[in-house]
Amino acid sequence: MADMIEIKGLNKYFGDLHVLKDIDLTVAAGEKVVIIGPSGSGKSTLIRCVNFLEEPTSGTVSIDGTQLTRKNHLEMTRKYSSMVFQQFNLYPNMTVLGNLTLAPIKLQKKSKEEATAAAMAALKRVGLAEKAGEYPQNLSGGQQQRVAIARALVTKQPIILFDEPTSALDPEMIQEVLDVMIELAQENITMICVTHEMGFARQVADRVVFMEDGRILEVGTPEHFFENPENPRCREFLNKILH
Amino acid sequence: MLDGLFDARRWNITLDSMGPFWDGFLFTLQVVVVGLVISLVLGTVLGVFSTTRSRVLRAVSRVYVEFFQNTPLPVQVFFYYMAGPRVLQAITGAPSPVRISSFVIGAVGVGLYHAAYVSEVIRTGIESVPRGQMEAARSQGFSRPQAYLYIILPQTFKVILPPLCNQTLNLVKNTSVLALIAGGDLMYNADNFVSTYGYLQGYIMACVLYFVICFPLALLVQYLEKRAKRKPRAKVIPGVTPEPVKEA
Ligand SMILES: Nc1ncnc2c1ncn2[C@@H]1O[C@H](COP(=O)(O)OP(=O)(O)OP(=O)(O)O)[C@@H](O)[C@H]1O
Ligand SMILES: [Mg+2]
Repeated sequence: MADMIEIKGLNKYFGDLHVLKDIDLTVAAGEKVVIIGPSGSGKSTLIRCVNFLEEPTSGTVSIDGTQLTRKNHLEMTRKYSSMVFQQFNLYPNMTVLGNLTLAPIKLQKKSKEEATAAAMAALKRVGLAEKAGEYPQNLSGGQQQRVAIARALVTKQPIILFDEPTSALDPEMIQEVLDVMIELAQENITMICVTHEMGFARQVADRVVFMEDGRILEVGTPEHFFENPENPRCREFLNKILH
Repeated sequence: MLDGLFDARRWNITLDSMGPFWDGFLFTLQVVVVGLVISLVLGTVLGVFSTTRSRVLRAVSRVYVEFFQNTPLPVQVFFYYMAGPRVLQAITGAPSPVRISSFVIGAVGVGLYHAAYVSEVIRTGIESVPRGQMEAARSQGFSRPQAYLYIILPQTFKVILPPLCNQTLNLVKNTSVLALIAGGDLMYNADNFVSTYGYLQGYIMACVLYFVICFPLALLVQYLEKRAKRKPRAKVIPGVTPEPVKEA
């Protein structure tokens, strides 16, 4: 498989705070990578470097062979990546349909009809076609996150980044969102997902990445990872969240 | 002292000489409209400046706002009236000071003054939009200006409309500053009337006419404030996608 994302020697500082330390990570096209690690370890910052929401202090992030720069990152994002956030971040002043058609119309220059058709198809996939005319605040958290996933899908980029998509949800709504993500994972889409849902990781991940204190401490298949992780810190962390 | 208040003859004279009042009323309305446009456009630009990451733009906005909010409007208007013609002369290289009509001084005067207040309203509005909105926009590939235009600013409308209407109301009243420089506005014409026929009817009529403009605005503010508080927004079924929506 060709490399879709290549991260090399990535360092990120917030002021004096060294948040990412010499990160190297390569993700193949179509690969599903799950990132886990304790709070504050830099997971969000790492995936936010992949769409340049955070600018690397040093090192490089390349997508499909092209290095992200201040100049090209918007164009690269439009072409390659979309993102799903912990807090959904739907546009509250627009209907569900409006949320899904804004970028296709304004950025991809699609006609309203074309964008609407694509949006309705994406909404069907997440099981919310009947909510097209609703406003986000009238939806449950799980429904909002499914709409957010549909919004990420409708622009059809090859990469989707998830930053703890189920962490803000009531427990009874987590599964409906995970189901959508599992269904998505059947496709040739490249996924990087920060999550603590270990069942999801086992079922979907090609590789699991463990981060702590700004470093990647362990990378491996889910089997390797959950059966016998080598790094003691990783073992400790897994013990904590699995029990 | 207030004998004249119920003097029918005086009221007849007043009602017979409404011409200057209406002239002033129309003139004031025109100053309001142009001044409002100036304050809204400039205020929005300055408000956006104050929320950008650029220190220079933030400083420009801050200095502007502090200057105009902390000096009295009449002083500013006198200054334009006196200094404006000479400044224009210097800029254009004209042989003598360039006459500026009271209309321009009025519209620019209240426009620049209220832009400072509008800017603060816009800034507060933008700051009320959660950070995640800009991030979502950028994760979709919107540039910052596009994000402001399509996503951030539209979300501020609900919050900023009531205070903007309040600003409009103040702007209307503040156009009366033009009377100080013989502006031909409602207040000035009322003053002229007063000097011939006495103050009671003249100022009462001026008040009535200002009230006619301002009171509907005050009602609008109340309505908008109520509307902004309404929580559950009604479903909107977009006409373009009736089939899937009805399937439910
Ligand atoms: N914009 C910022 N400015 C300053 N510090 C930041 C910023 N964003 C993150 N940090 C800090 O960087 C560190 C890593 O944050 P990050 O959000 O990447 O961690 P995380 O692994 O995603 O944690 P969590 O599981 O809590 O989401 C934390 O110490 C955080 O406080
Ligand atoms: Mg995080």
